[in-house]
Amino acid sequence: MAIDPNRHFEGGMTDTEIASRGYAHPEYLVSTAWVAEHLNDPTVRIIESNEDTLLYRSGHLPGAVEVDWIRDLNDPLRRDYIDEKHFGALLNSLGITPEMTLVFYGDKNNWWACYAFWVFSLFGLTKLRVMDGGRLKWEREGRILTKETPKFTASHYPALTRDDKTIRAFRDDVLTQISQRLPLVDVRTPEEFSGERLHMENYPNEGALRGGHIPGAKNVPWAKAVSPDDGTFKPASELEKLYLDHCGMKPSDHVIAYCRIGERSSLTWFVLRYLLGFSHVRNYDGSWTEWGNSVGVPVER
Amino acid sequence: MGGTVRLEEILSVFRSFDDVGARSDLLIEFAERFRPVPESMAKPPYSSEHRVPGCESEVYIFPEHLADGTIKFHFAVENPQGISAKGLAVVLDEGVSGEPLGEVSQLEADFVYEIFGRGLSMGKGRGLMGMVNMVRSLARDKMQSIGR
Repeated sequence: MAIDPNRHFEGGMTDTEIASRGYAHPEYLVSTAWVAEHLNDPTVRIIESNEDTLLYRSGHLPGAVEVDWIRDLNDPLRRDYIDEKHFGALLNSLGITPEMTLVFYGDKNNWWACYAFWVFSLFGLTKLRVMDGGRLKWEREGRILTKETPKFTASHYPALTRDDKTIRAFRDDVLTQISQRLPLVDVRTPEEFSGERLHMENYPNEGALRGGHIPGAKNVPWAKAVSPDDGTFKPASELEKLYLDHCGMKPSDHVIAYCRIGERSSLTWFVLRYLLGFSHVRNYDGSWTEWGNSVGVPVER
Repeated sequence: MGGTVRLEEILSVFRSFDDVGARSDLLIEFAERFRPVPESMAKPPYSSEHRVPGCESEVYIFPEHLADGTIKFHFAVENPQGISAKGLAVVLDEGVSGEPLGEVSQLEADFVYEIFGRGLSMGKGRGLMGMVNMVRSLARDKMQSIGR
């Protein structure tokens, strides 16, 4: 469906507005208005991913399916994401086909939506979008929510391969990154970065034995990329101040982002990769819960 | 399990559902009955002394000391999407407000896993248990202050 660039939705933004923010790849973001127009589009599947597991059942966008980060994306036994077989089964259960555009949204300024987006990207899916402003913006605009769970015919998605090298970093990759003095972005709070606090404020300690940060990392808390008023991403000029000016990085750099378990840094990965056009960004999902417990790795305070 | 008779009745309803989805729907019904602390008692921004430590949804608990010596618990949830915190707040209000302090002071917080399910993330589980622990602490404080 073509977008009318002159159309405005009361309280909402048009995709023209997103395009005006100067992003490298604005096409990876869609507005709430765009999603409202595509609720019944059979080529679009809307996916809600939240931290609060009750939210989806309490009401969601009509036609939206839920992907839960623990139940659906993580292996129940080993610390890893699900394998190709289980990911394929997940896609099929949601009736997703290769022709579809997948639009992610959720609570917490799309933090979990970006996490799901990143995990889907590991399996090579590219027709992915994030709904700017997430669930909060949709609700504040008074748009429709439903408790009706959609039922889609199971699909048969072709076999996929999980690529753990291009956008995912492991502990040894981080050690190489340090030795080559390449950029690392720590997206946790300043208190976690300094080692003053071993976990996010008001979240419980998730068990790191050492506090601090990976040597050489620059601290840009993830939420700085988002406007606090409506949860939308800040314009490119403001993002450049954070990541280019403050961190001294440039879009051609090879960058690794991390946080506590790789969820907050998924949002930063999205910002660097698509909004600022960094071509080589990896998310270190082991993050501080691995690094802060690893024997012999360097820690800086 | 420590706690009040009324809370135990509520928990037995949750236990009667094997299905996680049905338990979630029941919690959502509780959340839909949530009413924040009346303005006559407290207005935002709320004092940090009432804030539940460890709860990322920014939950505040206010005790109203009733004439019969028990406590009515009021809650504020400063997160428009903090539906889990709202659901638990109503479970606690309906399960322990006005109940004997001796019983409220024996609450065991791990019942949150019975109603939210074992799939709760560590962070969220600890935050919700923080709400139960604060209610229990308020009951214990009151018992100490009246020498019981």
